Amino acid sequence: MLLSSTSIDTLSRRVLFAITLAVLGLIVALFAFIFSFAAPVFMSSGAELMSSNWRPENQQFGITAMLKGSLILAVISTLAAFPIALGVSCFCLIPKFSKLAKPVIVVTRLAAGIPTVVYAVCALFILVPLVRQSFTASSGLCLLSAIIVMIILIMPTMIVLLNTQLAPSFQRHQLTANSLGMSDEQVICKVILPVSSKALASAAILGFSRAIGDTMIPLMLAGNAAQSTGSLLDSARTLTAHIGLVIATEKGSPEYNSLFAAGFILLLSSLTVTIIVRRLEQTHAAHD
Amino acid sequence: MKSTLLLGSVICLSALSSCSDSSSKQNENASAELKVFADQSGKLDIAGGTAHIPVMKAAAKEIMQFNPQIKITIAGGGSGVGAQQVAEGLVQIGNTGRPLKESEASRGLISHAFAVDGVAIILNPTNPVASLTQQQVIDIYSGKITNWEQLGGVENPISLYTRDEASGTRAVFFKKLLKQTPIAKSANVVPSNGAMKTSIANDPAAIGYSSIGFIDDSVSAPQLDGVTPSNEACLSGEYPITRKLFMNTQGEPSGITADFIQFIFSPSGAAFIEKSGYIAINAPE
Repeated sequence: MLLSSTSIDTLSRRVLFAITLAVLGLIVALFAFIFSFAAPVFMSSGAELMSSNWRPENQQFGITAMLKGSLILAVISTLAAFPIALGVSCFCLIPKFSKLAKPVIVVTRLAAGIPTVVYAVCALFILVPLVRQSFTASSGLCLLSAIIVMIILIMPTMIVLLNTQLAPSFQRHQLTANSLGMSDEQVICKVILPVSSKALASAAILGFSRAIGDTMIPLMLAGNAAQSTGSLLDSARTLTAHIGLVIATEKGSPEYNSLFAAGFILLLSSLTVTIIVRRLEQTHAAHD
Repeated sequence: MKSTLLLGSVICLSALSSCSDSSSKQNENASAELKVFADQSGKLDIAGGTAHIPVMKAAAKEIMQFNPQIKITIAGGGSGVGAQQVAEGLVQIGNTGRPLKESEASRGLISHAFAVDGVAIILNPTNPVASLTQQQVIDIYSGKITNWEQLGGVENPISLYTRDEASGTRAVFFKKLLKQTPIAKSANVVPSNGAMKTSIANDPAAIGYSSIGFIDDSVSAPQLDGVTPSNEACLSGEYPITRKLFMNTQGEPSGITADFIQFIFSPSGAAFIEKSGYIAINAPE
């Protein structure tokens, strides 16, 4: 043997450590990169960017309307999709429904892999006319259409994640709890869920990140009007769709620079929500 | 098992080789303009305005069928993208639907105008409104008129559609038709002529604008101040909302790029331009 087993161990440990450091370095570099591009933009025209008027011909480059659109879309989609995803994954855990659970899991896994543009194109021809006919005040291209499709988009990923996280926990505790007289539903509600706050938080964060970061669905379905609106039936633009629309303008122009600011704000929002949810999860776990 | 695999691959290969044999037989019937491409090989990348795409595609198809050694790729993205990419050297020809801005021209770009295109208002075919005045269009797009019944149509709130800011189509619409009146904030923004057409065709209360070459049976083009938007009206000057379509190159074009540009200016190219609904301009002497 050229290499003893202990030296293979140390070698592999070192290689894995190096790879982890490299990945960590890339993530930090990404943040630093976006920050370094956005900082000069904020320094020179910070106040301008934070207004709610986007009218390049009048030299107004405010992106807060887009921020509002992104947040409304992501928060409402996640809040609506999360309970449904939790319900479906808990349903799939229960042994008495295992015959139905198997096809549900297979279909959900397939659905989690469908590209978002496919959802957007289908919705454009099926959902948008439906929304237009049901609500005469709307042209069909509105936040509501984008929210509905976003919920359908993020649900499969959340279901798959929750199922893989909760299943081992359920396996471990099921027989013991059943022998104590608890039904399967009681096991899930009273035993598994209270200690699975980490899994629930991860699923919520994953869903939210996907919802706030998606470009094709808001670009094709939400109408892209650069207005700050309170109604879900109005056309709105998200930060991601804004980047997609404005990237064709010339480099160096104030419109183009607003894209760096938009990217930075997007990253910041995602980060903030992740930190908040993790904090909540930790305080919840600390209570037990 | 192995022998079936071998047999199968032999059959596939012979089928593929016979395909390429048949296309070379077309060479004898090609026109003189195409023969220029006979012994060439290489790549040509084109990007930019979405209005130019039908013409570019038709020309590229004929050239590539004549000589499979030449590869031509055509991308969209809008006039802004076209100017940007050709200035950076990412593509050899950048299409714009507007003259180059100073900042773009100063990077050494040369424009070749090859067609005249009109920009017309388009409505959904079910919309009974058949003519609009320029002032009405300005009021609709600035948000003063909000319902179709104010124009003689059915009672329905108007859905505005406009293009993104880098679009050449939008630039000529804004400057010549709207006379620089700001567009209402509630207008839906779509990223291309094709997307505009699809949106208008699907929404009965919609109003939008597009290059005249894109107009077909799925949308209707109302009269503007009594003039029906058409190529003849653009040529005679009766319909004033027109613009030239440009191909832009970095410096003087050479090789396949120059041959392609000459092909577009030739009678075959003019045929593609007319077929796509634009008016051909003759080559500069």
